Amino acid sequence: MIRQRIVGDLSHLPDHAFGPRSLMWWGILGFMLIEGAGFLLAGGAYFFLVGHVQPWPPGQTPPTLTWGIVFTVVILLSEIPNAWTNNQARHYRDWPTRIGLILMSLAGAILLAIRFLEFQALNTRWDADPYGSIIWALMILHTVHVVTDLGDTLYITIVSFIWPFDGGEYSGVVDNCVYWRFVILTWLPIGALVYLGPRLL
Amino acid sequence: MTAGQDLEPLEDEALRERLERVWAHPTGWRGVLTAVDHKVIARRYIATAFVFFFLAGVLALLMRAQLARPESHLIGPDRYNQLFSMHGTTMMFLFAVPVMEAIAVYLVPLMCGARNICFPRLNAYGYWVYLFGGIMIWIAFAMNVGPETGWFSYVPLAGPEFSPGKRTDFWAQMVTFTEVAALAVAVQLVAQILKQRAPGMTLSRMPLFLWSMLVTAFMVIFAMPAVMVATTFLITDRLVGTQFYNPAEGGDPLLWQHLFWFFGHPEVYIIFIPALGMVSQIVAAFSRRTILAYPAMVLALLANGFLAFGLWVHHMFATGLPRLGDSFYTSASMMIAIPSGLQIFAWIATIWDGKPRFKTPLLFVIGFIVIFVLGGLTGVMLASVPLDLQVHDTYFVVAHFHYVLIGGAVFPLFGAIYYWFPKITGRLLDERAGVWNFWTFFVGFNVAFFPMHILGLLGMPRRVYTYKAGLGWEVWNLISSLGAVLIAVSMLIFIINVLVSLRRGKVAGDNPWEASSLEWATSSPPPIYNFLRIPVVTGREPLWEGDKLPVMSGLGETERESLCVSIVEAEPDIRQKSAPPTVWPLLAAIATTVLFIGSIFHEWAVVWGAIPVAITLCGWFWPGRPTRKALKERSA
Ligand code: HEM
Ligand SMILES: [Cu+2]
Repeated sequence: MIRQRIVGDLSHLPDHAFGPRSLMWWGILGFMLIEGAGFLLAGGAYFFLVGHVQPWPPGQTPPTLTWGIVFTVVILLSEIPNAWTNNQARHYRDWPTRIGLILMSLAGAILLAIRFLEFQALNTRWDADPYGSIIWALMILHTVHVVTDLGDTLYITIVSFIWPFDGGEYSGVVDNCVYWRFVILTWLPIGALVYLGPRLL
Repeated sequence: MTAGQDLEPLEDEALRERLERVWAHPTGWRGVLTAVDHKVIARRYIATAFVFFFLAGVLALLMRAQLARPESHLIGPDRYNQLFSMHGTTMMFLFAVPVMEAIAVYLVPLMCGARNICFPRLNAYGYWVYLFGGIMIWIAFAMNVGPETGWFSYVPLAGPEFSPGKRTDFWAQMVTFTEVAALAVAVQLVAQILKQRAPGMTLSRMPLFLWSMLVTAFMVIFAMPAVMVATTFLITDRLVGTQFYNPAEGGDPLLWQHLFWFFGHPEVYIIFIPALGMVSQIVAAFSRRTILAYPAMVLALLANGFLAFGLWVHHMFATGLPRLGDSFYTSASMMIAIPSGLQIFAWIATIWDGKPRFKTPLLFVIGFIVIFVLGGLTGVMLASVPLDLQVHDTYFVVAHFHYVLIGGAVFPLFGAIYYWFPKITGRLLDERAGVWNFWTFFVGFNVAFFPMHILGLLGMPRRVYTYKAGLGWEVWNLISSLGAVLIAVSMLIFIINVLVSLRRGKVAGDNPWEASSLEWATSSPPPIYNFLRIPVVTGREPLWEGDKLPVMSGLGETERESLCVSIVEAEPDIRQKSAPPTVWPLLAAIATTVLFIGSIFHEWAVVWGAIPVAITLCGWFWPGRPTRKALKERSA
């Protein structure tokens, strides 16, 4: 065996940190990159099809704006409890973090309900033509992310009531908040493609 | 313990015992199903990938048997369609990409001086998903519902109209399986390489293999979603009547081509760039000198990665793109020859300048350089549009990509196997058999594939199950088939060498090649905790720096932990918990399999199939410690 020379000791290091210092943050960043690439490509496919299907939309009414606007407003507002929860977790505050998690679970559930109404008012079917197909694809793609984050948030919420949080889990809450921010931000271009594209292109 | 103090052997013994307790894991069947050690998973991964390689090789032999003579009746057209589709699909999705990632799963944590891979459970999950996807497609193939539309499954041929039945759906879902697995590994490699290196291993001291895997992992992350989007659109077109690719409704088959090649071209580099990293390690070790022009080598890898994304359109010259588009992609395609060429020069110069020992791994590297230069030449030829139009869809193309894939990836891979086999198993592969393995492969390969260039120029199209006599194709086809037989002989030598050496090979010791990177600083095979203490890096070639390896103590000695460092300077930052063995990744992979296969038959499987997946994920992340209630009772 190769001979060794001890030059330091690692046992004093902390066992967690927040944001980019944490390992999980990088894992989640990886998944956000993957999903972001998926969104970009779906957007690319959208513009490719716009070039082939004229007029856009082909003889249908664009998706009704009402629920789309409501969804956009609510998801933007959800950043407020999101940022608050993030802050509470960074300060290891037990009860406030749990309350924040409940609020975020509620926000997710409300958004899903609105999303259900949006699907009713798309005014096209996925099998009508490529326009309908891509509109549905974009909506489903984004909805999957809302569902995923809601599932994750619910799970952390339940865990937080049964087990006392350790540092790693507070850090996990922060990562979950980052992911939710991603879900909010990706909605803006996708919502534009779904609601504005058919009106402006 | 104070810094700089020499160690007593007894302390090592006590530490070893303690580490064994902390990193203990179940044995027997439970051990098999719950393993999360990156070395165990990687060994399975590598073995599985090679099984798929040999299976696809058998299909290639069948094709060559059929094509050896004109108007042969060995294999009918429908079966032949499935043969080349399964061969290409298996080679690309189940062998080439997975085997490169598998080797990285083994080596990257060791080269980083880490105790385990950064997300051990995700790692296990990725392997299981890959395994189940591969088994699924091969069972489908055995039941005559294997893919039939080639490895890139162009629509409309692969659409609902011309490929009825379930064959193409199985193909599309197989892609989904393998992409999930590949992405799982890619995320880990990024996190591992950026966050979990040895203290002191700054970015500018990283071994080139780590650089190559970092670039590859990012490429996987950006390229693979394209094929997932593409195949998802395909499967919904086929199952629920979406119209993405249906020209009758304004959809466009070209959308498939764009999406597919946005993945498909980088795919070639995803296979090739890890091979470049392997070559750099091997060249350095056997020339006994550090690779020349390290910064330029790193830049070349990065350039390869970036350029690869600009090139997908060169697969579509025959589709009639706008003129300017053609010229742009032609020059971009030719440009990529520059970083590749630069690396080749650096290796040759390194060998020249060092004291080379021509052991089997280095032989394979030299074989790689020779073949790759030839394949690169035909590639630059194909990048020019007029020539591409002439030989499009002929055997010239088949020859070209086998030169690139086999020369560029499989030869380095074999070199890598000979090089790292002693680390993985503790025993060396036999040198004499290795030399035979190399020469039969090298000669057989050229005999099998060089004639295909000529066949292509003579006008023989690819993907034909037979041809008429009298076109001047007979001789070249026969020669090609004989070459394929020689490759098969070479593979037999390899298999026998592996099986015999596993039992009776020369015992390797820690560092049989006197190489410089950290994986050689531990025993062969490494213990489950990889390193007794965490190695510290002070230069680019850590094991050539002095006779004592600097190390740090106190990590992972009382519970399963790994070390997080700062990204650029690799300063120790966090003791990260490392997940213990568990069966949940396996269960999650089974649930995922049910979802994917279910969705081939019913679209709502995506919804109800998600429920078991969610349940298994809960099990996966379940915190195993006292609840609030228990703590309260205890304190009361
Ligand atoms: C080792 C010996 C090999 C032999 C003898 C062989 C032989 C062949 C032949 C004869 C074809 C053409 C079938 C046709 O167009 O009718 C083919 C296609 C192909 N091969 Fe190989 N091959 C070998 C290894 C590999 C490897 C290692 C890879 C990838 C890493 C690979 C990837 C492919 C692909 C992607 C196709 C195209 C399939 C399609 O047309 O859809 N092959 N091979
Ligand atoms: Cu290409």
